[in-house]
Amino acid sequence: MNSIKNIFQTKNSQVLSIYFTAGFPNLEDTKSVIQELEKAGVDFIEVGLPYSDPLADGPTIQNSSQKALQNGINLDIVFEQLMTIKNTNKTPLVLMGYLNQMLKYGEDKFCQKVVDCGIDTLILPDLPMVEYENHYKQLFEKYGIKNVFLITPQTTDDRIKKIDDFSESFIYMVASSSITGAKGEISQQQIDYFQRIKSMNLKSKLVIGFGISDSSTFSKACEYANGAIIGSAFINFIEENGVDKIGQFINKIRK
Amino acid sequence: MKSKFQPDKNGYFGQFGGAFIPELLYPNVKELEDNYIQIIESEEFQTEYKSLLKDFVGRPSPLYFAKRLSEKYGAQIYLKREDLNHTGAHKINNTVGQILIAQKLGKTKIIAETGAGQHGVATATVCALMGLECTVFMGEKDIVRQAPNVARMKMLGAKVVPATSGSKTLKDATNEAIRYWIQHPETFYLIGSVVGPHPHPDMVARLQAVISEEMKWQLKEKTGNENPDTIIACVGGGSNAAGAFYHYMDDEEVELIAVEAAGLGVNSGESAATSQLGQVGIIHGSKTILMQDEYGQIVEPYSISAGLDYPGVGPLHAFLFESGRAKYMNATDQEALDAAFELTKIEGIIPALETAHALAVLPKMTLKKDQVIVINLSGRGDKDLEIFVKHLEQ
Repeated sequence: MNSIKNIFQTKNSQVLSIYFTAGFPNLEDTKSVIQELEKAGVDFIEVGLPYSDPLADGPTIQNSSQKALQNGINLDIVFEQLMTIKNTNKTPLVLMGYLNQMLKYGEDKFCQKVVDCGIDTLILPDLPMVEYENHYKQLFEKYGIKNVFLITPQTTDDRIKKIDDFSESFIYMVASSSITGAKGEISQQQIDYFQRIKSMNLKSKLVIGFGISDSSTFSKACEYANGAIIGSAFINFIEENGVDKIGQFINKIRK
Repeated sequence: MKSKFQPDKNGYFGQFGGAFIPELLYPNVKELEDNYIQIIESEEFQTEYKSLLKDFVGRPSPLYFAKRLSEKYGAQIYLKREDLNHTGAHKINNTVGQILIAQKLGKTKIIAETGAGQHGVATATVCALMGLECTVFMGEKDIVRQAPNVARMKMLGAKVVPATSGSKTLKDATNEAIRYWIQHPETFYLIGSVVGPHPHPDMVARLQAVISEEMKWQLKEKTGNENPDTIIACVGGGSNAAGAFYHYMDDEEVELIAVEAAGLGVNSGESAATSQLGQVGIIHGSKTILMQDEYGQIVEPYSISAGLDYPGVGPLHAFLFESGRAKYMNATDQEALDAAFELTKIEGIIPALETAHALAVLPKMTLKKDQVIVINLSGRGDKDLEIFVKHLEQ
């Protein structure tokens, strides 16, 4: 199993993660996007499970999800696609979706499939901490699955400490009060927030996401966290340039 | 004794409810959760709320004995005239209350979603009253079919933002309102129904409860008994029904009937009869009954009525349905239209298309001559004239 934890054991800074939507731009692209990202040397990959009503996502991910659903993607197909690359892919994968997808699929069945695909980390933006404590913690532990919590500029220090205690993987630091999508440069206000979290000296690794789009925002974020996640900008890139140009996008970020 | 129809500390009605929200919304929802009951129960709030309901909204709304409708169906039918409220529907009961809560929390910017536009108008109205900035999200499709309400909102100074995602109706307007809320945490989300994350469903139900509170003394005055045999109300998200049922939920002898929109027929693929077509799922931060496919993707509902065109129901309704406390019936577009024309012709009242669904179950029921029925006449039909005229010509 390619665990996210191993990444941070060997690499403590400049960890680059890419989010993409499964089944986008074409149904069969899930596999090729992962392969190209691995070739380009990203540290871990977030596979987005397309959802009809993605509340935390901006227009780019909404549109890619809608197109993927029109392409005919569903959870069974995503799991099948991930199974076929399980033995060749060495880059850790994280699944990102909405709680209702897991609920309807069957919580145990969903977790078993995740584990079967060699994945041990989930990001469910609408899973609140109280529900995690009361129910999902036990479920995930049964399958060895780690849940990634999000923190935001509004999250209080006390709550961040509690989230830190619960986190077994990394903390997803939402860069600003926003939904996903490119925002341009990072503001002083955001830097103050990054600084505040950095100075808390949490046990968990920190990865910044939402609004990270290019080499400038990536390296800025990495001054305060162990790494950063790029999503919408990457989706826009592959829509315009095609999956085979992924190396170019990653090289530009890493320049 | 605490009612079993009150939410528990995590906001659950049985297995339904909760607050499934992104961390981004946690501080907002927590602030409301920590304060709403205390505010609502305070003397200061109650004084202001009651005074506005009386002098601004025009409450109490009459309980009208519909003589000719009663004769036709062979029962004692009363209409709770929420259509006579200022702005033409029950929605204003909630917005008057929530705007006071928003003020107590120091909020100056208000956002809301709307389907038929009634909640949007009611929100724009109280924002104008209080001098607060108002932004209303409305599905692009609903903007077309409820044009008079769009004009009213604009005249009241609200900004109307079209929701262009998904089915471009109420569900999508709610998504857009929540996304805006995430990006503008200083705003107050004045939600229009008993939906959304806890404490919104409970807060809205408490504010609409004035409907059944009045029904009790009005019935006592008119019939000598504060309990009717049956209460009928339409359900989209379910706020007017929640208000009409509220003080009767623990009184098992009162039959509660909720009417959903069947669209072109429950099994036609073009319907919004959530209790019949849905399964347990999460929508807009609440675990409830939800129309969805086998992978949890939300199914786009359909109804001629923009206010009932919603793929979920509030968690209280999911619980009332599952526990069997309320009976869930439904009416098609055609049945609702026929009922609207019937009420207009024999009682001189043009109901909203939403409300017409509640009236439309009368012919499907076996009634007794002395059976006291209250139908919650949730809104008036001015906004639906274009649709009615089209039907009149057919």
